[in-house]
Amino acid sequence: MGILEVKGVGKRFGGLQALGNVNLSVQENTVHAIIGPNGAGKSTLLNCLVGKLIPDEGSVTFAGTSVLGKKPHEINQLGISRVFQTPEIFGDLTVMENMMIPCFAKRDGAFRMHAIESMEAETDLIAKAEAMLDDVGMLDKRDMIASSMSRGDKRRLEIAMCLVQEPKLLLLDEPTAGMARADTNNTIALLKEIKEKRDITIAIIEHDMHVVFSLADRITVLAQGTPLVEDTPDNIKGNPKVKEAYLGETQQV
Amino acid sequence: MKKNLLGLNPKDTKFLLIVVLLTLFTPILLQPFAAGSELAQFNGGYPDLMQKIAIFGIFAVGFNILFGLTGYLSFGHAAFLGIGSYAAVWMFKLLTMNVIPGIILAMVVSGLFAAAIGYVSLRRSGIYFSILTLAFAQMCYKMAYSVLTPLTNGETGLQLTLNDPRILDGAREGSSLPVTNIFGLAMNSSYKVEALGRVFTFNVGFYFCAVIAILAFYVAIRLFRSPFGMMLRAVKSNQQRMTYTGLDPKPYTLAAFVISGMYAGLAGGLLAAMDPLAGADRMLWTASGEVVIMTILGGAGTLMGPVLGAGVIKYLENIFSKINEGVLHDWFSFLPDGVEDVVIWVFARFTGEGWHLTLGVTFMLVVTFLPGGLIEGLKRLGSRIRNGSQKRDKYDNPDPEHRPDPGKHVV
Repeated sequence: MGILEVKGVGKRFGGLQALGNVNLSVQENTVHAIIGPNGAGKSTLLNCLVGKLIPDEGSVTFAGTSVLGKKPHEINQLGISRVFQTPEIFGDLTVMENMMIPCFAKRDGAFRMHAIESMEAETDLIAKAEAMLDDVGMLDKRDMIASSMSRGDKRRLEIAMCLVQEPKLLLLDEPTAGMARADTNNTIALLKEIKEKRDITIAIIEHDMHVVFSLADRITVLAQGTPLVEDTPDNIKGNPKVKEAYLGETQQV
Repeated sequence: MKKNLLGLNPKDTKFLLIVVLLTLFTPILLQPFAAGSELAQFNGGYPDLMQKIAIFGIFAVGFNILFGLTGYLSFGHAAFLGIGSYAAVWMFKLLTMNVIPGIILAMVVSGLFAAAIGYVSLRRSGIYFSILTLAFAQMCYKMAYSVLTPLTNGETGLQLTLNDPRILDGAREGSSLPVTNIFGLAMNSSYKVEALGRVFTFNVGFYFCAVIAILAFYVAIRLFRSPFGMMLRAVKSNQQRMTYTGLDPKPYTLAAFVISGMYAGLAGGLLAAMDPLAGADRMLWTASGEVVIMTILGGAGTLMGPVLGAGVIKYLENIFSKINEGVLHDWFSFLPDGVEDVVIWVFARFTGEGWHLTLGVTFMLVVTFLPGGLIEGLKRLGSRIRNGSQKRDKYDNPDPEHRPDPGKHVV
């Protein structure tokens, strides 16, 4: 049994079958990559996992609990954190405030009326947030307004915000999309470090094969809404079906 | 750990202290011109205006908790002001002329209404939310005006009468209406001091409003600095990230809506406490628009801005609207006849009935040149005074080495 079990999931948008009979099992403490050409249904699948979309059929179970019909914030409280394709952070707030919010969410749940307490009194959470910022090398930026940082730093902050919640599963949606090579390599290094140092399962959707092959333990190839193969990176590299899915049948490679 | 006074850090404590002093000395500060002098009519230190500034300051501070922090622009907050007034007047009619129960009931009732209206309106955001709140406020207004006449006394407005029960006050002798009071001290009693050729009026009603305004302001500071305040700013900044961080934005926004509704109810209750009548006009959409303008004029999302905005608008409303053509004649009588008529005609558009034009021009100028409101203007002024006229960025500071060639002379 994997920590995340996807069984027979299908999703249809009008006449378009975006996902059909998707089975996926993500094992604990591994990095599982989901790749596939444009329109293969990668993002739809991810949205089904975090509660943004509800699949038409099939089941999604996380650590023994069904996530179907749960709201995104409830799914997060179960222990799934999501990193978006374009960094989603609180742009108007400082880096430190960005870190404090997930700390509060982890400790106090989806809502708590802490209107009388002062921020300064939360020394435990402040220490936790600062330690996390230090881990990702951003402690010197703690008082910056988040939106004024570079794309790479925003991504780093977003990952730190997810990690400070100590999630069981970290979902990454094309974490290096639109990044310069140097930023991409930094992100890969950061993710590798996370993988080694923490007990965490990572599921990653990615276009960039360099990223996929440097991180993944298992790879699922999605094509036209269904998984084509699931295997180790080495086996995927030589698989003719994968080449076919990416480049088309009639193409000579 | 260092214990902070009143749960505020030293900077905020200083800030609160300044606000307290400014508020307590308002009767003196707003009376800068000698009585009988030409400029005496610009004096704002009379009870009615000072009470209004304090009350609308509370209203705007509460509105800012919703609009400034969460970014949800309610266009129907005057409904809660009106509901607060009605609730307070009913308390004066039924229970006692002491204002405390009236004000408490005003807050409770407007809080309940805010919970119901907010619950429905907050299902939408942006312009749809604004329209929903506007629709609810207009519904409240129309209902107060017509079908709820037994409760609201329709277009006459809810007033005190001699045969109201007033259970706690006991039988009353004489034929005059009782006045609102706080434990026997009448709201409309004033203490006048003549000094330096000026008349300073220290009014019980104003000081009562001032103390409540300071309390309301203190609560707002605490709220702004609390984790809850941070969550409200997070709602404004990125709701998507908030949900995927395991937080439910809905109860946060609803709580902000109810709190700001209660501030509005408190302001409405105080209006009734100063002058015990409540009319449906208080809920009209223009009244809702006024608090939006106050908040933006002063500086949305800042603590002091809304109070400043409320002060400026109420001052303009009360002072400029009193300058009629007769007054203008006095001012410009030194001009030759033809010129005088033209000048008076121009000025008359901006004063008296036309004071809204002054407000409109002020608002336009502030929004165009000081997007952060009057507070931003004060901050810029402050830093100018401290640092001299500093260059703001590299474009303001031409580099002598890289100056473009001077244009060729045209011969």
